[in-house]
Amino acid sequence: MSALLELKHITKRFPGVLALDDVSMSVGRGEVLALIGENGAGKSTLMKILGGVYQADAGEICFEDKPVTIRHVSDALALGIGFIHQELNVLDNLDVAANVFMGREPVWGGPLRLIDRKKIAADSEPYLKRLGLDISPRTPLRDLSLAQQQMVEIAKALSQNARLLIMDEPTSSLTLTETERLLDTVCELSESGVSIIYISHRLGEIEFCADRVVALRDGKNAGELQQSEVSHAKMVSLMIGRKLEDLYVQGKGPQQVGYFQVEGLRTRYRPHHKISYDVARGEILGFAGLVGAGRSEMAQAIFGVDVPLEGTVRIDGQPVTIHNARDAIDAGIYLAPEDRRKTGLITEMVVRENITLAGLKRYSTWSLVRGDRENEAARRQVDSLHVKTPTIETKAVNLSGGNQQKVVLGKWLSLDPKVIIFDEPTRGIDVGAKAEIYRLMRALADRGVAIVMISSDMEEVIGVSDRVAVMHEGDIAGFLKREEFSEQAIMNLAVGRKAA
Amino acid sequence: MKKELGITILLVVLCATTAFLNHRFLGAANLANMARLIGMYGIFSIGLGLIIITGGIDLSVGSVFALQGVLLAMALREWHWHWSVAVLATIAGVMVLGLFHGLMIARVRMQPFIVTLCGLLFYRGLARFIADDETKGFGSEGFGALRELATGNVGPVPMPFVILIVVAIISYVVLHRSVYGRYLYAVGRNEDAARYSGINSRLIILSVYVISMMLVGVAGVLIAFYTNSISPANHGSFYELYGIAAAVLGGCSLRGGEGSILGIVIGTALLQVLQNLVNLLGIPSSLNFAVMGAVIFFGVLVDQVLRARQVKKIR
Repeated sequence: MSALLELKHITKRFPGVLALDDVSMSVGRGEVLALIGENGAGKSTLMKILGGVYQADAGEICFEDKPVTIRHVSDALALGIGFIHQELNVLDNLDVAANVFMGREPVWGGPLRLIDRKKIAADSEPYLKRLGLDISPRTPLRDLSLAQQQMVEIAKALSQNARLLIMDEPTSSLTLTETERLLDTVCELSESGVSIIYISHRLGEIEFCADRVVALRDGKNAGELQQSEVSHAKMVSLMIGRKLEDLYVQGKGPQQVGYFQVEGLRTRYRPHHKISYDVARGEILGFAGLVGAGRSEMAQAIFGVDVPLEGTVRIDGQPVTIHNARDAIDAGIYLAPEDRRKTGLITEMVVRENITLAGLKRYSTWSLVRGDRENEAARRQVDSLHVKTPTIETKAVNLSGGNQQKVVLGKWLSLDPKVIIFDEPTRGIDVGAKAEIYRLMRALADRGVAIVMISSDMEEVIGVSDRVAVMHEGDIAGFLKREEFSEQAIMNLAVGRKAA
Repeated sequence: MKKELGITILLVVLCATTAFLNHRFLGAANLANMARLIGMYGIFSIGLGLIIITGGIDLSVGSVFALQGVLLAMALREWHWHWSVAVLATIAGVMVLGLFHGLMIARVRMQPFIVTLCGLLFYRGLARFIADDETKGFGSEGFGALRELATGNVGPVPMPFVILIVVAIISYVVLHRSVYGRYLYAVGRNEDAARYSGINSRLIILSVYVISMMLVGVAGVLIAFYTNSISPANHGSFYELYGIAAAVLGGCSLRGGEGSILGIVIGTALLQVLQNLVNLLGIPSSLNFAVMGAVIFFGVLVDQVLRARQVKKIR
């Protein structure tokens, strides 16, 4: 079988970094090739070379056995290479058909160049059908779920005759069922002859759908695995170049049952549902459930960024009144939010400013910030959390996802945490950094902090939590103890089925 | 300081060129007059700069000057209020307008551009109506203390310039050294993340419109007494744009989260030197705005290009 795409000895150098070092790989026709590697391993640089954003310094790209040059994304599209990015590239103020034909609208009316709305609706329908998307092409995009919007993007790529689809972390914002649906689509597409490069940190998905796995490490091709050899452990050791000892660490366990209590919490999003639970000191309570089950809203209500309608929060038996985030912070309840860049950090501010922002008054006299105290506090967190940053005066935007998450943590650890709520703590973070975040969470718990962890990553929920609460449509459908953990048990509760 | 370097060089080059082409530029009278104008413009430009740092804007400043000027003149000459009461009352009134803008923006979540655009129209109209569209003035005698503020000197230095220095130093400490200043930048960069860090972002935004209007009120008194007569139809018109221009030249980004007091002051000085240059070099005064527009344009363009190059280097 001749390869559809062949990359030969691709090298790309940026000032001070060798981003890609003599990388060769190929993708067969109809093959699903998973590309794995830690952040900074060169995956995105390689994909940007395929997309024409960067030009390789050396090496050759062959598409259908012919050498090609890709100078612009339109060159890639013309060859039949389509991209599905982590962040969706759709316009939610338009309808489905308009998105599928964006930039290539058939027109009528001569010089008026009016868009032929009938034609784009009719023409986009078969692509939607092929993807099992049972919606009218006239549906406004904003009425669709994220997963459906992503399918629209795939339809768009297919309508441009894409023969190679590059999917970059396509499941990072999908629910479990949506993820399954997407993986099925990937398999179907590959059977119909479309090749796919699948980039993901979620190794379970790769085990499920990949025909072959290529790992990048430090800009080099670190090795390949054929379908029969693919396993979690092998992928991890290829990515990090050594065996991963223990991703998950066990802790001392719960110390003071009922330390943090939430009783009868009602949120604006789910005004008719009440949530009650408690977390012991030293315990990590995992929150599983489908996206949209109300977990993040619950966290935001407790943290006071969205005021709860009703409910009591107690720490050590004492009720805490929370009207805004300041109240929560003063009470020792912190939130490491889902979206680090939008709400966790001020990415354009430097590491020091981010770490000290929530507790700035502690480093000031008479409302004037004391530079020496502030620097010391920031440096202490950077050192103890091993944040990889050139200096504390580096803008947060320039750090990797894992290090950004550590800065968010540093912000809270510089205060006195009693309860920390982590919302998707390792989304978009590579395996090595994940292990570090888990260790930090466990160390915090062992120090006596009560931890709530919301996660859509089933492996993570099972591996990290001491106990799991599963949410279903705004209610807690049930709690599971460690010995009851299984993907099946969690899924059953999450979709509202009674446990078998 | 690095960020202000470019504009400082531009200022020095412009001064040197003008001085070289016309020796009167460095004359004591010319320098003093320029410093007086820099003082008055600088005070309200700092206010506008603070708003811009939070990601907002205020277009109503010029009309507020007209309204305040008219009321101040009437209070003093027609209603015979004591000068201190009149001054404090008008400044307080102007701050109430700021409070109103702030409430609309921070609480009701209207866009700053819209709120203050309506202010620009409304206050101008109100000023003309109250004054019956007649020019109001302070006459040629009395109100010595107030005249002294606008037209007097401390040694050789014009009083408004001295006031600007005091305002600038206080603002510098507030913006660059205080907790409040850090919050201003944080809210300007990313209001949501600021809120998630326990900052009361609404209060911060509300307060900046009040503080800015306080500076506008102070500058308004000086400007009223400097011109000595207030024609409600055009007193202060375009002043908000001078302030915005000074802030932007000085490194404030209209996206918020960027800028410094030093930059704003240098930006103000640059604009006044430009005006002066047009006069001294015999450039037709009709070209006044064109020159200013061109210089601001190229100033910001060069800044943008340099910044883009820096970003490339980092990559």
